[in-house]
Amino acid sequence: MNFDAKVPSGPLIEKWTKHKFDLDLVNPANKRKFSVIVVGSGLAGASAAASLGELGYHVDCFCFQDSARRAHSIAAQGGINAAKNYPNDGDSVWRLFYDTVKGGDFRSREANVHRLAEVSVDIIDQCVAQGIPFAREYGGGLANRSFGGAQVSRTFYARGQTGQQLQLGAYQALARQIGAGTVGMHTKTEMLDLVVEDGRARGIVTRDLTSGAMTSWSADAVVLATGGYSNVFFLSTNAKGCNATAIWRAHRRGALFANPCYTQIHPTCIPQHGDYQSKLTLMSESLRNDGRIWVPKTAGDSRSPGRIPEGERDYYLERRYPAFGNLVPRDIASRAAKAVCDQGLGVGHGGRGVYLDFAEVLARLGKASVEAKYGNLFEMYERITGENPYQVPMRIYPAPHYTMGGLWVDYDLMSSVPGLFVIGEANFSDHGANRLGASALMQGLADGYFVLPYTIGNYLAPHMGEEPLSTDHAAFREVESQVRERLSKLLSIDGKRTVDSLHRALGRVCEDYCGMSRERQGLEGAIGQIQALREEYWQNVRVPGAAQDLNQSLEKAGRVADYFELAELMCRDALDREESCGTHFREEYRTDEGEAKRNDEDYTHVSAWEWTGADSEPRRHKEALEFENVPPTQRSYK
Amino acid sequence: MRLTLHIWRQKNGGDAGGFVSYPRQDVSPDMSFLEMLDVLNEELTEAGDEPVAFDHDCREGICGACGVMINGVAHGPEPGTATCQLHMRKFKDGDEIRVEPFRSRAFPILKDLVVDRSPLDEIIQAGGFISVNTGSAPEANLMPVPRRDAERAMDAAECIGCGACVAQCPNGAGQLFTAAKISHLAELPQGQPERASRASAMVEVMESYFGSCSNFAECEAVCPKGISIDFIAQMNREYLRSRFK
Repeated sequence: MNFDAKVPSGPLIEKWTKHKFDLDLVNPANKRKFSVIVVGSGLAGASAAASLGELGYHVDCFCFQDSARRAHSIAAQGGINAAKNYPNDGDSVWRLFYDTVKGGDFRSREANVHRLAEVSVDIIDQCVAQGIPFAREYGGGLANRSFGGAQVSRTFYARGQTGQQLQLGAYQALARQIGAGTVGMHTKTEMLDLVVEDGRARGIVTRDLTSGAMTSWSADAVVLATGGYSNVFFLSTNAKGCNATAIWRAHRRGALFANPCYTQIHPTCIPQHGDYQSKLTLMSESLRNDGRIWVPKTAGDSRSPGRIPEGERDYYLERRYPAFGNLVPRDIASRAAKAVCDQGLGVGHGGRGVYLDFAEVLARLGKASVEAKYGNLFEMYERITGENPYQVPMRIYPAPHYTMGGLWVDYDLMSSVPGLFVIGEANFSDHGANRLGASALMQGLADGYFVLPYTIGNYLAPHMGEEPLSTDHAAFREVESQVRERLSKLLSIDGKRTVDSLHRALGRVCEDYCGMSRERQGLEGAIGQIQALREEYWQNVRVPGAAQDLNQSLEKAGRVADYFELAELMCRDALDREESCGTHFREEYRTDEGEAKRNDEDYTHVSAWEWTGADSEPRRHKEALEFENVPPTQRSYK
Repeated sequence: MRLTLHIWRQKNGGDAGGFVSYPRQDVSPDMSFLEMLDVLNEELTEAGDEPVAFDHDCREGICGACGVMINGVAHGPEPGTATCQLHMRKFKDGDEIRVEPFRSRAFPILKDLVVDRSPLDEIIQAGGFISVNTGSAPEANLMPVPRRDAERAMDAAECIGCGACVAQCPNGAGQLFTAAKISHLAELPQGQPERASRASAMVEVMESYFGSCSNFAECEAVCPKGISIDFIAQMNREYLRSRFK
């Protein structure tokens, strides 16, 4: 098992600079002799494909959406962090590094996080040069705002649509390369498997989602930029099409899967309102700057919120965390909401909701001022719920949002399969056990624009002059036939249950036992339930239609089949990690005050899991984490 | 709520297609329009029929993947709202709802409600970008951008590329989409070096696929982001100016 993080030696702040010098180079004329596959066209994928195309590599980029612009990075609302220190409030690369390591509850790799903080400033330069219309001050300079988990203002934003604008910037850079012929773009094309030959990633097998045609693609390196796996919960803030098939197929072909139990549940989402619900909608974290979170003090208080007097309300975040109040980090805010709902104090459908109340700020600043700040969010809330948040408090509840876990990668972002690189949310590298707000966009673009384009050359250089593997090679043929067989199997079961009904059942198990809080017995039970559901799936699912057609049921069926296996690994990892850290909260491991209690002695490591077969237990490997620069402390936001 | 849906069903591009009626009971007013279709699809699947194919992804009104004609209006009756954010409380008990794909010569139907909108990508590939290679950007605050210009650029940049403007236009024009991108980049100092060549290249590709604009303004009326047709006027100016460069 190739399992060396390859973190460069030397002082932290010199590692990346030194490493860039030590990397092997491919000379400009030789780059066009190498082909690279990029799967996914979100911030990470589009920025990587564009940058590699600019360098002269021959790139093929794939996405399942009908346009590269639609990848789910587009839905990010709040902003992107960078250590520019424009507000002159004491920010620095070191502070961004420190906040991110602390925010991740000391479960990330120091060297990766420092590199992320270093290149954050280049990202803003690049994005501004691309014409991204960031918010500006009156003098024409870039505006910043603050976000959870930080005490400086370092978040750049474009209204409530920062993700959209960054995504369009990367998409436009990609479109330029498509027009120039350096990148071949394949939309509505889904990667269904990875081809590994002689221990190296050599290509992928795809399905054309319009015609159903299967194609093999050979390349000198494969880059996965396919996002996270929050849809394992069925209800999440992810787009309906987001899926883990690419990373899960790669995992089955030998790529280690790291920290699958680190899943972030975002505190401010619109609560579920019915059994037919298809997804959950996020309301930006920025609302917590002015909204006050509360529940009635008495269980079963059915009065409308306006009729509950101040003295009978519990502003539980302000009470428990006077220093940070409503702006505590995401994991803490989410757990606190669950705790009050578990006590029967929740409001709305099924008692799973808490109030986010703007009455105080409306009285203090007036409606016009609140509208200028949050108008679009209030409008969206009303569109979905039919309630006007200027008149009644919003109801919110946490929802699965982002996954810090993902395929294990070394410092060069290469997985344990040589030639297979993993970037953006799909890898595990930078956020540890909890991601801070506005850091996902930063990481996706850091990997795609400023890390991978350097490190991939180091892998390719020694392979100069080698012939690419022909797609007629037995390795491709074998994977193609396995993919075909799997699709026919799904179509032929012809059982009684729909894909969605079984996916919902899986989601409920994950949410109940591997969501915001976990404990041994529940996780053990969940593993059994997931196995039973997986068995039922392969015997009783009904997938209508044919393989050689546009068949959305079949697309879903393949993705959900992978989720059963991933869900089991997620529970196993949660069971194995006998501590609480960041988003991973084990009921057995809490401080006297009910906060997460880490066990640094036994768990200061990355758990990287090896696939050993569908019916055997996975093997866990450990990458020890060393904190030479930020000594681990108990996080406190009181 | 009880409703009757009349949904366009078409097996593939070569099939003639036609409306099929689906009476619906127990529709909750809190459902989104797409959730109502989800429930129908679950029932069709259980009954051994093929579900209705429709494009969708984020369901937050930002990815631009969804979009159908609802009673002849792109994205349906609620102004400034993409299909995925439309909720059933906007309909009345007993309503008959006609659901069709976005119709335009430039958007061939692939199946049921799914169309091919790739010409929109080709317009961007022709010049809808600023040519700046990764790593070659100057320090971000070197070039101040007046707040008003940044805001106006953002007004245009909000376009989600759904194609509703094309579908609603009697001429099948792609002007609002193209104008939004040309204006977004023309408003900013970074967009100036390629301003003329961009406008000219994008308009030429647009005209090879889409119809002409005759100022119906239907596009603005259905745009889920409320993009103004003022940008079409701006595009015309940009294009004209590019002819004299």
